[in-house]
Amino acid sequence: MSAEPTSAERLAVDALLGPPSPSGDGEPSQPAERRVAFGGYRRSVESRHMLLPALHAVNDAIGWVSAGALNYICERLLVPPAEAYGVAGFYALLSMEERPARVAHVCDDVACRTMGGAEILECLGGRPDVHPSPCLGQCDQAPAVFFQRAGEGDTVLVGATCDRVTEVLEGGSVGEVRPVVPQAGDPSLRLLKRIGTVDPNSLKDYRDTGGYQALARAVEMGPDRVIAEIKASDLRGRGGAAFPMGIKWEAVARSPALPHYLICNADESEPGTFKDRAIMEADPFAVVESMTIAGLAIGAERGYLYIRAEYPLAQSRLQNAIDRSRAEGLLGADVAGSGRTFEIEIRRGGGAYICGEETALMESIEGKRGEPRNKPPFPTQVGLFGRPTVINNVETLINVLDIVLEGGAAFAEIGTGESTGPKLFCLAGAVARPGLYEVEFGRTLAELIDLAGGVTGTGRIGAVMLGGAAGVFVGEDYLDMPLTFEDARARGATLGSGVILVFDDRTDFPDITRRIAQFFRDESCGQCVPCRVGTVRQEELLARHRGGEPLDEDLFEEVARVMMDASICGLGHTASTAIRSVIDLGLLERSRG
Amino acid sequence: MAEVTLAVDGTTVTVPGGSTILDACRALDNDQPTLCYLDNLTPVNVCRVCVVEVEGNRTLVPSCSRPAEEGMEVATDSDRVRHSRKMVYEFLASSVELDLVDEETVAWMDRYGCDPDRYGPPADPSGDRDQRKAGHHRIGPGTAAETVHQPVKVDNELYVRDYSRCILCYKCVEACGEDAQNTFAIAVAGRGFDARISTEFDTGLTDSACVFCGNCIGVCPTGALMFRSEYELRQAGMWEEEGQTVTRTICSYCGVGCNLDLHVQDNRIVKVTSPMDHSVTSGHLCIKGRFGYEYVQEVGDLAVTPIDEILRRARIDDRGPRRHPEPRA
Repeated sequence: MSAEPTSAERLAVDALLGPPSPSGDGEPSQPAERRVAFGGYRRSVESRHMLLPALHAVNDAIGWVSAGALNYICERLLVPPAEAYGVAGFYALLSMEERPARVAHVCDDVACRTMGGAEILECLGGRPDVHPSPCLGQCDQAPAVFFQRAGEGDTVLVGATCDRVTEVLEGGSVGEVRPVVPQAGDPSLRLLKRIGTVDPNSLKDYRDTGGYQALARAVEMGPDRVIAEIKASDLRGRGGAAFPMGIKWEAVARSPALPHYLICNADESEPGTFKDRAIMEADPFAVVESMTIAGLAIGAERGYLYIRAEYPLAQSRLQNAIDRSRAEGLLGADVAGSGRTFEIEIRRGGGAYICGEETALMESIEGKRGEPRNKPPFPTQVGLFGRPTVINNVETLINVLDIVLEGGAAFAEIGTGESTGPKLFCLAGAVARPGLYEVEFGRTLAELIDLAGGVTGTGRIGAVMLGGAAGVFVGEDYLDMPLTFEDARARGATLGSGVILVFDDRTDFPDITRRIAQFFRDESCGQCVPCRVGTVRQEELLARHRGGEPLDEDLFEEVARVMMDASICGLGHTASTAIRSVIDLGLLERSRG
Repeated sequence: MAEVTLAVDGTTVTVPGGSTILDACRALDNDQPTLCYLDNLTPVNVCRVCVVEVEGNRTLVPSCSRPAEEGMEVATDSDRVRHSRKMVYEFLASSVELDLVDEETVAWMDRYGCDPDRYGPPADPSGDRDQRKAGHHRIGPGTAAETVHQPVKVDNELYVRDYSRCILCYKCVEACGEDAQNTFAIAVAGRGFDARISTEFDTGLTDSACVFCGNCIGVCPTGALMFRSEYELRQAGMWEEEGQTVTRTICSYCGVGCNLDLHVQDNRIVKVTSPMDHSVTSGHLCIKGRFGYEYVQEVGDLAVTPIDEILRRARIDDRGPRRHPEPRA
């Protein structure tokens, strides 16, 4: 399709990729030549990973990606336009149609919807610059709105109202958002110890509070001993799968295939989750230091931090932390005097929950559609760019600092037998003090809810969503459950990403359930049949029920089973679990009408 | 690679290392259904109709791409397998027009007892599938089963795209891309249920990178991609597959030696394919071999047949009379 870029679009792309070389790429070409790849197959493969950043560059500067802009990006990167279009259209935050310079994405997901999100959409929903949004990771300060502002950068409004959203859309500004950490300053905190007490932009503050001691220690110890300590700590992944971190590190460190890659998964998008955002916003150097230790341990020279686009503040703080650390020799060609190279590059998602799935995330970095890969092979064998890759969640990674400083055995003493260390929980919904809480593994659900000030609303629990939309709803009989991997497993629950979202007994559960079904349908990548169609049929079943028909539980069960058994990835496997738990609790029938 | 020995439905089989579970099944003549798998394409394992149960695996695995491993115990007809296959077929049949799939697929659907009607009556066709945005969909009352139905795309003389029949098996994208043609004119666009095969910005094929090799037609399992001639004859109720002959010949355009199968109805070539097991083509052709047959029936003084009339009218409907001379009557 022939279409020329505007000069503004060219500038936006050139600012990212550099000026076009005189040898051909990016030269104004005849439309017929547009499909010819100058520079060969190899260069096409090598430049493909810049596709999403280039699409972002145009979308950020102009507000949308026109056919001309897409063509220009394709010429510069030697990407076929049909493929680039397929990639761009995969991401909810990239627009392929002209739209207003400011666009509001109003969260009406499980946490925000009853806290004012749905009302904002009701009062502004007809506007072309207002769209509903899945969870924005600001559940403790609901309702949240994410703004895309062409040429000005993205921003977030919390505690939003209809009037405030209108103001911002008409040119107003938003205030600074601070993470809510009610325990701030408590000396027993490990993961949250700096949050709210240091300047997140200051490397000096970070060092004055113990920062970069772990890296120095890790350099002394060498990779093998660091990995031995990680294994001794029995640290398990905090992203939802609870996989032992040491096993991943060791597998990649020992792999003869080179290069090795590290990825920090900061695409936190599980509804109800905001823990990684708080860490990245308030203690970004800890993330950089942890990644550096990991990179040295597994023999990687490059680490990618893949962060969801809805976290602009975290992104700028991390970039600052990376830049300052590099300026002081803590990143770059000779990391902390180790003689080893390590670099960190931030990659931004585009509004796709599925890209939090580790292999979809890798596809996304590689410039493809975020479609999960079939496993095996696992990322430790065939990961990013086909190379051995360690991918860890933000919260998981920052535990490395204490493990290196205190030793794996000491760390393993914290918590319980299978669930070692401290754990972050995201408390939101009907609690008096929503926010991010740190406890040792083993505290009960009731203790956590008490820590957050107890149940508000009617004061009586209707249900608690554990682990996110991919988790389960539990009733009061789970209040005594210790929050550990083993207890959750034994009782058919999950900790998932650490979500504890409390609903009082006046909640419209059929509405919440239907919203979850909508979420999975919207966020399914569409690759495999069970999930692509199953999430639609599931939503239809619940919509019929909401319209007054009895729920066809047998059919629901059949749909759920095929998604769980035959989908490619975890999204399909868990797309029904929360909904099924609501049905099992009898909440779908009891609270209807 | 060393050979591996595994058990499929209790029967032991030894296959060369690197074989898939599907290969092992085939070695036992244990037939498995497939939709997105084709011998001449890289497995994408997206349709999930070939899933089997492997002892020790939490979920079912796609037999088309999962390598066979020593000691594996595979079940191809367990309750879980039958259930998943039935549901995959039902999901497709309730959302996609499947009346042109092969008999084998119909037989599998019967065997698993598919009942696509139980999801409700099909929803009204939609005209906006190409404009839908990732992460957003219209929320309906759920009283009708949503489908992928949309108008047929007829934008050139050679082939049509009827995406109401598309099961999103990715075969056409693979054939257009690195598995055959390396043209990359089409890709998957959109997301979730709104994912679809598209050119950039849904531009017409004549304005896209398409070179009209027709290799996408050759691999399409559902008739979503179809020769214009077949499409027009079907529209006119004149497509008669039973009365057609298939004549194998060698393409006369160049020296490569591609085998052509000419599908002839009433003394007119109505479709050209190439045998998939032919070592020269692996089923793929170029524009000349696949579509360049008109000269065969335009020279001489052949009488105008009803087929000629149908196709001529279609061309006139498209863009007025053709520029080159009409065949002599």
